[in-house]
Amino acid sequence: MLREITLGQYYPADSAIHRLDPRVKLFATLLYVISLFTFRSIAGFVVTTIFLAAVIVISKVPFGFMVKGLRMIVIILLITALFNLFLTPGRTLAEFWIFRITEEGLVSAVKMAVRLVYLILGTSLMTLTTTPNQLTDGMERGLRFLKALRIPVHEIAMMMSIALRFIPILVEETDKIMKAQIARGADFESGNLIKKAKAMVPLLVPLFISAFRRANDLAMAMEARCYHGGEGRTKMKPLRYRKQDGIAYAVVIGYFAVMIAVRVLV
Amino acid sequence: MSIILDKVHFTYSPGNAYEKHAIRNISLKIEDGQFIGIIGHTGSGKSTLIQHLNGLIRAQSGAIYYNGEDIYDKDYDMKKLRQKVGLVFQYPEHQLFETTIFKDVCFGPRNQGLNTKEAELRAFEALRIVGLPQELWYQSPFELSGGQKRRVAIAGVLAMKPEVMILDEPTAGLDPKGRDEILEQLVRMHQELHITIILVSHSMEDVANYVERLIVMNRGEVMLDGTPRQVFAYYKELEAVGLAAPQVTYLMHELRRKGLGVDVDATTLMEAKASILQALKERKPKTPL
Repeated sequence: MLREITLGQYYPADSAIHRLDPRVKLFATLLYVISLFTFRSIAGFVVTTIFLAAVIVISKVPFGFMVKGLRMIVIILLITALFNLFLTPGRTLAEFWIFRITEEGLVSAVKMAVRLVYLILGTSLMTLTTTPNQLTDGMERGLRFLKALRIPVHEIAMMMSIALRFIPILVEETDKIMKAQIARGADFESGNLIKKAKAMVPLLVPLFISAFRRANDLAMAMEARCYHGGEGRTKMKPLRYRKQDGIAYAVVIGYFAVMIAVRVLV
Repeated sequence: MSIILDKVHFTYSPGNAYEKHAIRNISLKIEDGQFIGIIGHTGSGKSTLIQHLNGLIRAQSGAIYYNGEDIYDKDYDMKKLRQKVGLVFQYPEHQLFETTIFKDVCFGPRNQGLNTKEAELRAFEALRIVGLPQELWYQSPFELSGGQKRRVAIAGVLAMKPEVMILDEPTAGLDPKGRDEILEQLVRMHQELHITIILVSHSMEDVANYVERLIVMNRGEVMLDGTPRQVFAYYKELEAVGLAAPQVTYLMHELRRKGLGVDVDATTLMEAKASILQALKERKPKTPL
């Protein structure tokens, strides 16, 4: 029932992208997202498409699997495109009743839609090729300089990895409780909004109780193993840059430079 | 009146990296009033199988008939099926949510569309059958012990008056006393209410004493199906798939090997005791102990 959530789900495969240091992937994603909002011309769009397609191919994640993640943003996509289409002033292409489609509107609607799709594809590629643990590890390491500002980087990273760790557990738990209540005749689908909201009580109460119970157990287990925060804590798998990470940095920075060049020159 | 499964097949997440065949080609007939044990290793497909029986999971291929009606028929009333085939999940105490035990047990009957009075009557009956002391009925279910919570959850399903009651590992995580109490209660329910009971477990000891038919699952398929006696005769094969026959079976085989004429098919402690005493009696005249 609830197994279809792709965003933030790891896809196990053995590819060059999977093996990269998570810091590289985080940095690359950041640059990629910025680059998406730099292009104005067809040339920039082509460069981005080639870059994205190449990375998807190298990652060995089936394209169909990635597209599933797009289904969640269809509505946002539609709203954005429609607003751009109808509300951008400029030369009129078509007109009916109070609606007016302009040439500029059409162009910006397409651009916005492409950007959003690429944004989701690119960022979900990162989460699909990086386990949540690697991701938080990379963040902790990459943001270590913030410690100088007295920001508890380790604690935040730990909270994030725990939160991420619990998503699949709670999804499974929700599924289980839902089934148990359906077996007792509960109905989560029919009825109006108020009836539906009321029907959620038999699902949410056990879910919250179970979340608290699990949190309690986890805290106890961590304490039993003398967890005391990040001070002096060592890693089982410390992050170390290897050759391929250097190459990846070069490729990403090269891509970004090309995008800037395209923006300035074309 | 029976449940028939015909070549039922189900795969989790078909077509991607997480694909997992849960059950393959299951064909079974479950007669009315039987007390059945389903046994198998973790991941053998037991839980998936039982969720098919009340339509919570829909098979990708194959058919299931309840009392002769195809449950995948478009007009088939799934809600009715779920009321007839009660399913008690693993750790059912985690589904409790109401402010009092009594109200929680009323949840099922209320969903069936019964009025308050009828629902309360059903809850009253169900709580009495599972033997929960009356002074606890109007307390919060979260204050009970693990075993008591579980009994409340079983009562919650029982109150719907199912014809078939399926229990997934009802004794998991309970101490021996709690385990025996739950199992004894199931036997009583089976005898007094004449309902079909399907007990899922991975412990042979648990089921051997109680069930009349044993279905052994392995890797999503039915490996053995018969009376406990017939099934335990294959104790070597059971061991090969990571299951063990009850201790009694091993003891009897060992005694037989040492030359005592005991019945190796004895499955319960009582049968074994009788058989050993009998064998000793027969042998006494020849060799004084």
